[in-house]
Amino acid sequence: MSLLELKNVTLKFGGVTAVNDLTMSVEEGQVFALVGPNGAGKSTVFNMISRFYTPVSGSITFDGEDLLQRKPDRVPQLGIARTFQNIELFERATVLQNLLVGRHRHRRTTMLEEMFFVGRSWNEERAHRHAVEEVIEFLDLQAYRDKYIMGLPYGVRKVVELARALASKPRLLLLDEPASGLSVEETQDMRWWIDDIRRQMGITVLMVEHDMGLVGKVSDRVLALDGGKKLAEGTAAEVQKDPKVIQAYLGTGAISKTASAGGERV
Amino acid sequence: MRFHFKTSYDHDIRLFPDWWTFFVYGALLAVMVALPFLMDSFFLSEVTNVMIWAVAGLGLMLLTGTTGQVSLGHSAFMALGCYLCANLMFAGLPFLIAFPLAGILTGLIGALIAVPVLRLHGVYLAIATLALAIITEDLIVILRQWTGGVNGMFAPDIMIFGTEVNRWVNPEYWYYMTLAIVVIVTLIYVNLLRSPLGRAFAAVRDSEVSAQAMGIDVSRTKTIAFGLSCGITGLGGALMGFFAGAFNNETFTFLLAIQLLMMIVVGGMGFIHGAFLGAIVIAFLPQGLSIVTDNVRVLNIPGLEFGAFGAILIFFIIFEPMGLYGRWLKIRTWFELFPFARRDMFRRQKSYLKTERVR
Repeated sequence: MSLLELKNVTLKFGGVTAVNDLTMSVEEGQVFALVGPNGAGKSTVFNMISRFYTPVSGSITFDGEDLLQRKPDRVPQLGIARTFQNIELFERATVLQNLLVGRHRHRRTTMLEEMFFVGRSWNEERAHRHAVEEVIEFLDLQAYRDKYIMGLPYGVRKVVELARALASKPRLLLLDEPASGLSVEETQDMRWWIDDIRRQMGITVLMVEHDMGLVGKVSDRVLALDGGKKLAEGTAAEVQKDPKVIQAYLGTGAISKTASAGGERV
Repeated sequence: MRFHFKTSYDHDIRLFPDWWTFFVYGALLAVMVALPFLMDSFFLSEVTNVMIWAVAGLGLMLLTGTTGQVSLGHSAFMALGCYLCANLMFAGLPFLIAFPLAGILTGLIGALIAVPVLRLHGVYLAIATLALAIITEDLIVILRQWTGGVNGMFAPDIMIFGTEVNRWVNPEYWYYMTLAIVVIVTLIYVNLLRSPLGRAFAAVRDSEVSAQAMGIDVSRTKTIAFGLSCGITGLGGALMGFFAGAFNNETFTFLLAIQLLMMIVVGGMGFIHGAFLGAIVIAFLPQGLSIVTDNVRVLNIPGLEFGAFGAILIFFIIFEPMGLYGRWLKIRTWFELFPFARRDMFRRQKSYLKTERVR
């Protein structure tokens, strides 16, 4: 059974059909990429998995659990963590505190214990701190540990957001454009990290990404969307060669030219 | 520059990050304990007044500074705490039980009120809470049976372990009692900040969307914050009423709530220190003003106090939005990093990209 399954999912905003009869499944241990032009519905798919949106029809299951039965804040309990396209960090907190919020799903202390810092509080905090430190080490964030988010450059924020998602020790990681706005080197780093996240941590990754270079290197499976519809699905190379995908990106006239160029680019 | 060399995770968790901080706060506490021997009873009761304001301010700070929900109605909960405490004592409970119980009940009632009120955001929330404050003024008049109406009510005598704590007879006892309450409330606040719930509060303040994506139940967290905030402010209200000795509907007008909000803005939004600095300003401002008006006759205008409050508030919002504590942080950083401090180090980086609000 696959880890995440969307079956015939349709989402409408008034008259606009943002996602139309989408069926996809992400296997455990895969890196799965969603590609498509702007407005294709990629982020909308993410927001449905996070339960910010509710589809009008279809089903979404995670490891056999019906996601549609859950409120947004109950989704992370299953081990689903995400990042946002336009970085949504807690600005007036340090990097460390941000990552500790990522641990929230592992909270076991009660309010009373926390008010007086008794009972399990100390050991729980140490455990959270330890888990967070592992992520800090993994993503090389040591230099920024006690810095406030509001003073950090964009590239670092991007990494902090990834770190916060990882701190929750998820089974499925949703990355919304992890490489957007990053420099060439930063994108390289991101590529190694995504590889390591899958290999070392065994976390399944579902990502939306425009950088086809990155997608081609890290993903096992790619799904191209346009206008909320599935255009093609397969390996990165297969999808890039697909005439419908080329048409969606470049228009009809481009098919013959790109085909002769060997389908290098989309 | 002081280097903070961490060798274990506990350094990030414990109350005082290093020995220096420990000594600073230890010295502060020692001075506070020794204060009755250094000051006469007039100044002692002024300091008591500052601490009472600080308790109420800490309550509002938890809600507005830490969780990011504005309330203009906290005078309602100050009144509630005060009348609850008095009535519980008239019902025969000793102060040591009635006082915390009044706080807990105020918190529970506050949490109940929060369920509908916290569905509102921003300015609508402010208006709704302001309405609460105004309703409460009338309720105090209407519920004569429990509140004494416009005639007011005299605070019952406080007895702690057989000793009477009376402001006029033994002001130092009042002082120590308030000091103990301030310390306990502050400790609770700090403990919350270093545990998951406090971080959830800050998360809700900064980004509700991603708080939700991290598994935080936003409306529940807000409700808890409101309840805790009301409870603490209720304790402050009880202290304020009992310290005054008598209270009626005029004691808890909505102006009190606005003063409270102004206090935390001036002190520094989001900082525990801010509540204390603000309390010092708000408690000493009337005294300072009366000294000025005594000497400068021209300034002897009725309502000058509120005018001055307003002017100070506007000044702070324009020139120092981070408040007195923010100013202190800037000065400290300047000296710590000398000569490398930059002017824009505290300037918030503007980001125009925001995830579209999913609502």
